[in-house]
Amino acid sequence: MMNYIWGGMILLSFAVSLFTGRVEETAAAATAGAASAIESCISLLGIMCLWTGLAKIGEKSGIINFFSHLLRPITKLLFPNVKSNSPAMSAIVMNIVANLMGMGNAATPLGINAIKELHKENKYRPDASNDMCMFIVINTASIQLLPATLISMRQSFGSANPGEVIVPVWIVSIIAVVAGVIVAKILEKRTL
Amino acid sequence: MKYISVYAIPVFIVSFIVFGLIRKVNVYECFVEGAKSGVESMFGIIAPLVGLMVAISMFRESGALEIIAKALSPILSYVGLPAEVLPLSILRPISGSASLALVTDIFKTYGPDSQIGKIASVMMGSTETTFYTIAVYFGAVGIKNTRHTIPSALSADLTGIIFSALIVSLMLK
Repeated sequence: MMNYIWGGMILLSFAVSLFTGRVEETAAAATAGAASAIESCISLLGIMCLWTGLAKIGEKSGIINFFSHLLRPITKLLFPNVKSNSPAMSAIVMNIVANLMGMGNAATPLGINAIKELHKENKYRPDASNDMCMFIVINTASIQLLPATLISMRQSFGSANPGEVIVPVWIVSIIAVVAGVIVAKILEKRTL
Repeated sequence: MKYISVYAIPVFIVSFIVFGLIRKVNVYECFVEGAKSGVESMFGIIAPLVGLMVAISMFRESGALEIIAKALSPILSYVGLPAEVLPLSILRPISGSASLALVTDIFKTYGPDSQIGKIASVMMGSTETTFYTIAVYFGAVGIKNTRHTIPSALSADLTGIIFSALIVSLMLK
């Protein structure tokens, strides 16, 4: 997929530049783009480390486990077929909490662990179970208490109030996840 | 509203450290260990970021973005989405590093506090790289039939994209 998008963008840019007479600017943009990618990475690196460092403290101190208990009512509603004290459920909860904390790196391995447990409960069938689909849907809506990468990016580009977007992000995430869950619940009865 | 956002970050940092100390965690060692993983993941995105920033800069400077944005702006303005965030809304479900590059570019060009910068922020924060997530998770257990996963996940993304513009114009004007 990225092959076509990336290749297509560059080819299209060159083709368009021939028509708009901006070949020189387009060529300059290629080198400027490469340079600015590195600049951005360096300006982000420090703040990125701050958040991943804090997330590790959260993991070790058991703040994550504490949230698992808080989430039980919601997880029961979303995954009616998963028993509340099963390994699958605890893996799901760990992944949700890691996502909430914005721990992208830790969330992915935990998510893989959860999907493996769900796969086991589904007797290793090659078709995704309803619970597996639901798990993916809630993962793709990205509900985070603190969208750390985003905030640090806003900060490094000189935002007057980097955290201003936090509440809107919460609201939109919740609306998006509710929409996804509703569509999944409707479609799960139709696709077998 | 303003106070929540101003205090969220310091409160978050302080509470993690206080909780860690209460639980007798080696907070400093832990922090360093976690920060190392931040370095690793940042290094991981350098190469894709270079590739994508090159393509995006060329795309913008050649005038191609302007042409596409103009063609699509009537449809987008119908849902209140500025044309400048169009590439982001298309690439968001497909590539995380590409959308990170696009947001970086939007912040550089228009500023994080511009209307466009705010919409891009909310969009980035409230959606996820859907296809990557599906590929990684289902790939890990060898699922052949994804059933209703893709339509459901994309409905969540589309809702997120439309509501980003709506919420910004309602809350952050």
